[in-house]
Amino acid sequence: MAADTVPPAFALHEVSKRYGAVQALEQVDLAFHRGSTTALIGSSGSGKSTVLRLLLGLDRPDQGVVSIDGNALQPSQLLALRLRTGYVIQDGGLFPHLTGLENLTLQPRQLGWDKHRIVERAAELAELTHLPADALGRYPAELSGGQRQRIALMRGLMLDPDALLLDEPLGALDPIVRHELQDELKRIFDRLGKTVLIVTHDLAEAAWFAERLILMNEGRVIQDGQLNDLRQHPASDFVRQFIAAQRSLPAVRA
Amino acid sequence: MKHWLVLLLLCLPLATSASPLRLGSKQFTESVILSEIARLQAQQHGEDVTHQRELGGTSILWSALQHGDIDAYPEYTGTLTHELLKDIPGDADIRTLRARLKPLGIGITDSLGFSDTYAVGMREDRATSLGISRISDLARHADLKFGWSNEFMDRQDGWPGLRSSYALPQTQVRGLDHTLSYHAIASDAVDVIDLYSTDAEIPYYHLRVLDDDRHYFPHYDAVFLYRLALERDNPGFVDTLRELAGRIDVQQMRQLNAQVKLQHRQETEVAATFLGVPVKEQHDGLWIRLWQRTIEHVKLVALSLGLAVCLAIPLGILAARWKHLGQAVIALTGVLQTVPSLAMFVFMIPVFGIGTWPATCALFLYSLLPIVRNTHTGLVGIPHELRESAAALGLSQAARLRHVELPMAARSILAGIKTAAVINVGTATLAALIGAGGYGQPILTGIRLDNIGLILEGAIPSAVLALLVQGVFEGIERWLTPRGLRIEARE
Repeated sequence: MAADTVPPAFALHEVSKRYGAVQALEQVDLAFHRGSTTALIGSSGSGKSTVLRLLLGLDRPDQGVVSIDGNALQPSQLLALRLRTGYVIQDGGLFPHLTGLENLTLQPRQLGWDKHRIVERAAELAELTHLPADALGRYPAELSGGQRQRIALMRGLMLDPDALLLDEPLGALDPIVRHELQDELKRIFDRLGKTVLIVTHDLAEAAWFAERLILMNEGRVIQDGQLNDLRQHPASDFVRQFIAAQRSLPAVRA
Repeated sequence: MKHWLVLLLLCLPLATSASPLRLGSKQFTESVILSEIARLQAQQHGEDVTHQRELGGTSILWSALQHGDIDAYPEYTGTLTHELLKDIPGDADIRTLRARLKPLGIGITDSLGFSDTYAVGMREDRATSLGISRISDLARHADLKFGWSNEFMDRQDGWPGLRSSYALPQTQVRGLDHTLSYHAIASDAVDVIDLYSTDAEIPYYHLRVLDDDRHYFPHYDAVFLYRLALERDNPGFVDTLRELAGRIDVQQMRQLNAQVKLQHRQETEVAATFLGVPVKEQHDGLWIRLWQRTIEHVKLVALSLGLAVCLAIPLGILAARWKHLGQAVIALTGVLQTVPSLAMFVFMIPVFGIGTWPATCALFLYSLLPIVRNTHTGLVGIPHELRESAAALGLSQAARLRHVELPMAARSILAGIKTAAVINVGTATLAALIGAGGYGQPILTGIRLDNIGLILEGAIPSAVLALLVQGVFEGIERWLTPRGLRIEARE
């Protein structure tokens, strides 16, 4: 199955996007193939989150084209696209007025799933994410940060989507929980084989999840390759600095 | 048309079996007594007549008569020539008035026998010490404080004309309720007030009626105005009104007023004694009166609030979705809020007549702002990332609104409804001025008769109802606010 015969699951063609005075993306070309796991890295404001937002249609590009499975994204396809793409953000984005389970059931209820199917799927995902059984009955304010993130991930996986877009999913967690969830996420990615885009500012975390790393700065793609390419053939001084800033992390040396 | 639409929509059973004739009266004692006399007289002749008491001022009665909401009410010729029919000479006689009113569909009786003209009065002792006996003497004392009844203050035949006619220099001029102006002059808060020549209080408060030496004030002969159609449909009733012509002279009227205002007798009783007929009616006990007024009051508040919720929440949702529309909607409902409540009630009369509907409509308009604003605030206050989370889940707009946005804004929306309800309970006391009854009725009568007991009979239940509404809504708020949000609020 060659990459040039199957259109990419997600792609940006010469996309630019401004937010007021900030140039979030400038002439960005990227393609993400079905079943691949890619990490977008860079410091804050580099435009990496904007890539995810444009792919989900939460924002529209000023210039250029966003395409899904080789077709330009139309507003009429947004709901369908979002239903088959899981999206998880830093603090989970759980609705505080709904219990964990109710947060999970928003989508299936809209699609008219029956109750048994919903409960069954929730139990399946709880097992996958190692969520304690009683946590689903609680409200977000009653849950720990790790539990909230697990439920957010479950919500993203509820409809068994083709793709997962994760925007700093572990950014707000303490190091121990974060390490534990890194293991679990990695296991889930490997097991489910979905198209995964994960945004992080942590090079070690990026390399742990994905072979392909895309380093961004000030709205541009600086380098697109594997960790070794970045280390051995840095495209610019910025890449060198970015790696130097994180080199002391044990996970990178391993 | 609108009237009926609203009626149909709400499917309210408003029984209208062979409707009785309706007399109206203005919000002062003489007017109430005259209409009671007419009502009892008509009953003696076997007519079915009701009396809608104390319907505010001249403009309300005049438009209610034209609108057909009442069939007759007592009026004064001077008011007709100076206020209501501006194209007629001030000294026009009743024959001229009758011809002028005919095209309006309004009939007029001959004078009832007295003229209740405007006059200007001072305390006897003060007038003596300053050497004032004529209105023109006032021009020499520029520092005198004038307290005019609100109506006198504004009407063309009142203060503006008086000032220019006598070249009065006074600058300390205040508007007061007529019934309060006697207290004001007794306590020296003002020096000069306007009077009616039949006022019972003139001897009681030792007031001197100043001589109108330039003949400024016109005659205010008391008459009954009625809908001309009655001459055809109900000639017996018109005859009854006509029979009253020439029956009451100024001394008698002053006595009738005194019996009500100073001896605290019921208007019905005074009217019956005057006509020499037995008082048949039994007055309802306090609890029955209270119960009836509670029903009237709660109906006004509940109807207006219910309608407001139906319109204001969708408006708030639209306002939250489109920023510019939102600003416009909130500005517009804000403007409605600044219309003085009494004016709002009066504005409704040309559309809805008098009674429950115009009052409901006015209260409805007042309820909009708090609910629209709180719905808007509640929705706009939802954190951006949560609204985006809902969008990113692929939920339709309707599902987002129903499952995420409205529940999260619920507390704010309910607080808006509560505010509107509590304001409504208070404002609804003014609805009695346009014939909608409720707790305002005893308050109006109490102010007019200077009867604190009656005022409290309206004011206390109104305050209790406001507290009750507040309590009930707080309960609803606790019950309807999603538990997850209450937990968050605790933290």
